[in-house]
Amino acid sequence: MALGSTAIRLSLLFLLLFFVTATGLVLYVTSLSTQIIETQAKNAIVQQIGSLEEAYDKAGIPGLMRFIDRQSRQPGAHLYLIADQSGRLLTGNVSDVEPGILDRSGWVAKSFYYSRFDDDSAGRYQAIAQVLRLPNGLTLLVGRDLGDYERFGGVVKQALILALGFMMLGALLIWFFVGRRALKRIDIVSNESRRIIGGDLSRRLPVGTSGDEFDRLAVSLNGLLDRIETLDNGVRDVSNNVAHDLKTPLARLQARTENALNGKKDAKHMQAALQSNLLEIEALIRTFSAILTISKLEAGSVLANREVMPINPILADVVELMEPAAEMQGVLLVLIANEPVKLAVNRELIAQAVLNLIENALYHAGRDNAEIELALHVSQNTIVEISVADKGVGIAEQFRRTATERFVRFDASRSSKGTGLGLSLVKAIAEAHGGVFELSDNEPGLKAIMKLPMPAD
Amino acid sequence: MKLLVIEDDREAASFIEKGFQEAGHTVHLSADGETGYLLGESGSYDVMIIDRMLPRRDGLAVISALRAKGVETPALILSALGQVDDRITGLKAGGDDYLSKPYSFAELLARVEVLGRRRGANAPQTVFETGGLKLDRLANSVSRNGQNIILQPREFRLLEYLMARSGQVVTRTMLLEGVWDLHFDPQTNIIDVHVSRLRSKIETGFQSPILHTVRGRGYMIKA
Repeated sequence: MALGSTAIRLSLLFLLLFFVTATGLVLYVTSLSTQIIETQAKNAIVQQIGSLEEAYDKAGIPGLMRFIDRQSRQPGAHLYLIADQSGRLLTGNVSDVEPGILDRSGWVAKSFYYSRFDDDSAGRYQAIAQVLRLPNGLTLLVGRDLGDYERFGGVVKQALILALGFMMLGALLIWFFVGRRALKRIDIVSNESRRIIGGDLSRRLPVGTSGDEFDRLAVSLNGLLDRIETLDNGVRDVSNNVAHDLKTPLARLQARTENALNGKKDAKHMQAALQSNLLEIEALIRTFSAILTISKLEAGSVLANREVMPINPILADVVELMEPAAEMQGVLLVLIANEPVKLAVNRELIAQAVLNLIENALYHAGRDNAEIELALHVSQNTIVEISVADKGVGIAEQFRRTATERFVRFDASRSSKGTGLGLSLVKAIAEAHGGVFELSDNEPGLKAIMKLPMPAD
Repeated sequence: MKLLVIEDDREAASFIEKGFQEAGHTVHLSADGETGYLLGESGSYDVMIIDRMLPRRDGLAVISALRAKGVETPALILSALGQVDDRITGLKAGGDDYLSKPYSFAELLARVEVLGRRRGANAPQTVFETGGLKLDRLANSVSRNGQNIILQPREFRLLEYLMARSGQVVTRTMLLEGVWDLHFDPQTNIIDVHVSRLRSKIETGFQSPILHTVRGRGYMIKA
């Protein structure tokens, strides 16, 4: 596994953080347990002093001494000591204490070491105690051994450290496997990307089933690749078709110019040649500007100026513009747009698309009493459908998909009029508005539909 | 007319110069934005033709700067860009018309002549009269030799557009822009059909033609 520096840095940081929190936790728990232990011991001492006072009240100093003597013989954590003014031990189970402990009365500020009589090992133990002055100059120490508590604290500490150790080990293992898996998937993505960069745009990143961050990333990247592939194919198609489609008129232009230069040099012939060349050039320019518009639309740069506006007047304008031409051809152009529809569109582009569709329909609709129907219709309150339907020859189903591709014309010679870009321009316009463009059977004839999404409001 | 052409492509500039000189106009050429701006500032031109991409100073910047200086000389922007939004930016910067390359010289000539004429006519004219043909915008009426002619609303606007530029050539693209507010190149003869319909209404029954077709260029109203 290739560990990048990021992975190492992250793991070190993770370990450090874990170590600091674990140490803090251990310190906190032990200090808390020490406090609890001390409080408990102190309570026990206070209780013991209570019983000593009782004994003293009953029988004075001798009674107290007897009581202590009796208690001292019993094994246990209680500690007793009575000393005289010179510091000599009179009775109790404590044989020695740290110097200075008996000098002050009250609670001994912190735990101290002592030795006891009943212990042969001559070891020193830890205890806490209260020192009291008795009326006749004697000093009484009542204490409690901390050994049991210490042992308990030790057990707690050990358990805690052990638990934390296991946790750290577990966390490390989990991190190792999870991190490794994540890194592996990143590696897959970068390897696959390299292959794609290498030129195979049809490859896609693998998408898992879990729908986690990696899957979402893969889905987004795949979407990006789809877009790039479409654009790339578009560029390729265009260059192929430009090569094919523009070469023909250029060749004609060349031939006509050469002919004119080699033929009769009188003004009339020259004029005619130049005139037809000019027409050819104008057609070429139209083709170029259509390609440019389509590319710009597909690159998504034109629709900066979309405005919410009623669609009906745009259609009415186009119908009004096209009607005389239709009439001349004996074709009836009908607009069916009953409900007013408002949509964020670029008026120019929508008008151009509808105009293209009508021109196309006029071209295929046939003559005399043919009818072209332009309709505006909202389906399911969400989709605005602008359709142009004719009753002409139509397009066979298997050709409909390719009909919107650039430069597609359904005659092999490609010599009929028009740029061959009309429908692909309509498609690009529909898509630039977030919609789709569909061709369907009008039984008979062709029905071209732009479906534009209506924003939910 | 006296024209200022700011265009860095020498060949294109000399074609423009030659064409306008042949049409009887005076042309001053400038090959960069800075010099063009200084010439334009004098304000003694009737129309300026300004390329968008120029050395030393961008064409739009030249127009904005001139407008800021109070120079109101009509300006036509020439550009290779030619998309809808480019045209809008151009007009917003203070241009009066926009033509995208490649263009035909006939189109440029027609537009420049119309721009040059427009200057000076401050108050919008309401009545146009040419050769007995009379269009009254306020009364919404058209008559020829006193005889009333009924026009469809669009035909009325078409005639109004032509009469406001009577004696000048109006191209098909100008008509599509000015009458239908559509800014693309009509691929078919749709405009011709509209014009011939209008022509039949204003010429049938009258002796002399008034709406002329100028071959290779466009249309013109002329007595």
